[in-house]
Amino acid sequence: MTPRSAGARTAHRRPVATKLRDPRGLVGWLFVAPALIFYAVFVLRPITLTFQYSMYEWNGIGASTWVGPANYGKVFTDPDLFDSLINAFKLIAFFSAIPVVLGLAIAATIRRIAQSRLALVARTVLFLPQVIPLVAAGIAWSWLLASTGVINQLLSLIGLGGVTRAWLGDFDTALPAVGMIGAWVLLGLCTLLLLAGMSKIDPALYEAARLDGAGAWREFVSITVPSLRQEIAVCVTVTVIAALASFDIIYIATQGGPGNTTMVPGLQIFYLAFAEREVGTASALAVVLMVLVIACALPIQWFAKDGNR
Amino acid sequence: MITSRREAWTGRVLLIFLMAVTLLPFLSLFVTALHPSGTYPAGLAWPDDPQWGNFPRAFEAANMGELLKSSALIVLGVVPISIVLGTMAGFAIGHLRVIGARVIFLLFVLGLTLPFEGVITPLYYQIRDMGLLNTRWAIILPLIGLFMPFSVFWMRAHFVNMPGELSESARMDGANVWQLFRRIHVPLAMPAISSLGILLFLWTWNQFLLAIVLVDDPAKRTMSGALGAFQGQWGTDIPLLCAGSLLILTPTLVIFLLFQRHFVKALLQGSLKG
Repeated sequence: MTPRSAGARTAHRRPVATKLRDPRGLVGWLFVAPALIFYAVFVLRPITLTFQYSMYEWNGIGASTWVGPANYGKVFTDPDLFDSLINAFKLIAFFSAIPVVLGLAIAATIRRIAQSRLALVARTVLFLPQVIPLVAAGIAWSWLLASTGVINQLLSLIGLGGVTRAWLGDFDTALPAVGMIGAWVLLGLCTLLLLAGMSKIDPALYEAARLDGAGAWREFVSITVPSLRQEIAVCVTVTVIAALASFDIIYIATQGGPGNTTMVPGLQIFYLAFAEREVGTASALAVVLMVLVIACALPIQWFAKDGNR
Repeated sequence: MITSRREAWTGRVLLIFLMAVTLLPFLSLFVTALHPSGTYPAGLAWPDDPQWGNFPRAFEAANMGELLKSSALIVLGVVPISIVLGTMAGFAIGHLRVIGARVIFLLFVLGLTLPFEGVITPLYYQIRDMGLLNTRWAIILPLIGLFMPFSVFWMRAHFVNMPGELSESARMDGANVWQLFRRIHVPLAMPAISSLGILLFLWTWNQFLLAIVLVDDPAKRTMSGALGAFQGQWGTDIPLLCAGSLLILTPTLVIFLLFQRHFVKALLQGSLKG
């Protein structure tokens, strides 16, 4: 990060370094090696193997046949597989858009009371969804969203008894319902991240804006949002990755059903590889997923970095 | 001042509403867990005869004692090794600036956003060939590797800000690189290390995918993985399932409440850096 020129650094160090063995060489590498070995064996090697498997048709036991890019063709033409990718993108609306937009609104509203006792309690409470296993969140929400669950009870209370249903079992509502679980998990984190960012904004900016007669909305658009560029980028990155790579919540809440309406790539890979024994197709989908995640994460990072310069 | 007072009140109401929404699932789990087992309680209703016995029964059914031990063993395997290796590598890349540091760092950053589903298939065959399927090592070893990008990234971010003069003077005094690392830099890095430890603990404890793919026996899984199996087994007995879920999420909750300041700080920093 800090662009110190390496040449100047070594020159400055040489008198000491020559007395010892140079720590930038062998000794330094001994410090890196163990971490690198774990990384290579359990991450880099599997990534390479995923690429390799994706070129074969293999049931995991017998002989494998080279099929070239055919598995990728399948990912994009087989409606079941392609829909899972589409679903992952639809989930972004719930996992990212709702927590970030709502989080911004909430953080802006509670900014003034951020130091109050209530806000300190809220900090703890809003973090709970981040701390518990996603599996537990899935179980709790499956029950809340069941036909006799609390959500339907509340809806009936306010006179909306007509729309009650088993939200996770309905073809039309299952995906939004799963999305709401994700929004619940991520809203607190986004709100607190944005709030922490807001506390770093110079209050003088707001005073100046007030003097110029700016209203709350104008303040929000011209001061708050631009100053939070970095934090917003972080929230978007974290939540988009959570949406694209979602697994735990959906495995517990719907297992991809009803039909295939909530099937996501992560779950599809799991089924393909370990239930249907189509390792090649599973790997092709895995490669597509990895590429998608990087393709979404990188531009957001660049966007955030540019703003800082 | 009137507008700002009104704003403060809107803020308070909003906060309370938000907290209510956050707590609702927990409340629902708790109330439902008190209903007689085998019934389908409707919504949020306090039972006439609270069945506190559901908790000990779920403790038995979920084999909680074994689970706690198993999760603790897995955490003890993953967290210390990840911290030691991540700190050493972060030190070499961020402070010593070994030859090729940039390339290595980029290589680690590459894995930062990796979805675990991307490597789970080859990982299964690799662990099988190593003869480790159905052992806790099947979760521990891959997790160390999978968390390594973050650990290195995190520790490098700390070491890169350490002034070089610190090391120069220690070396003048005749310290070798290991002593420099162990006696001077590790003590100074303690805040970064403890935040990293908290995050790694949480991610290990809640790890689900690796547990269900690589270990069949729920008693050798993480808490989270075991909860999946518990749902499969007791999914029809809603009150018992709710009681079991509550028990299984209690340990992280307790640890969170004990160390909440560190947690909140670590999680906020963690997502900012990640």
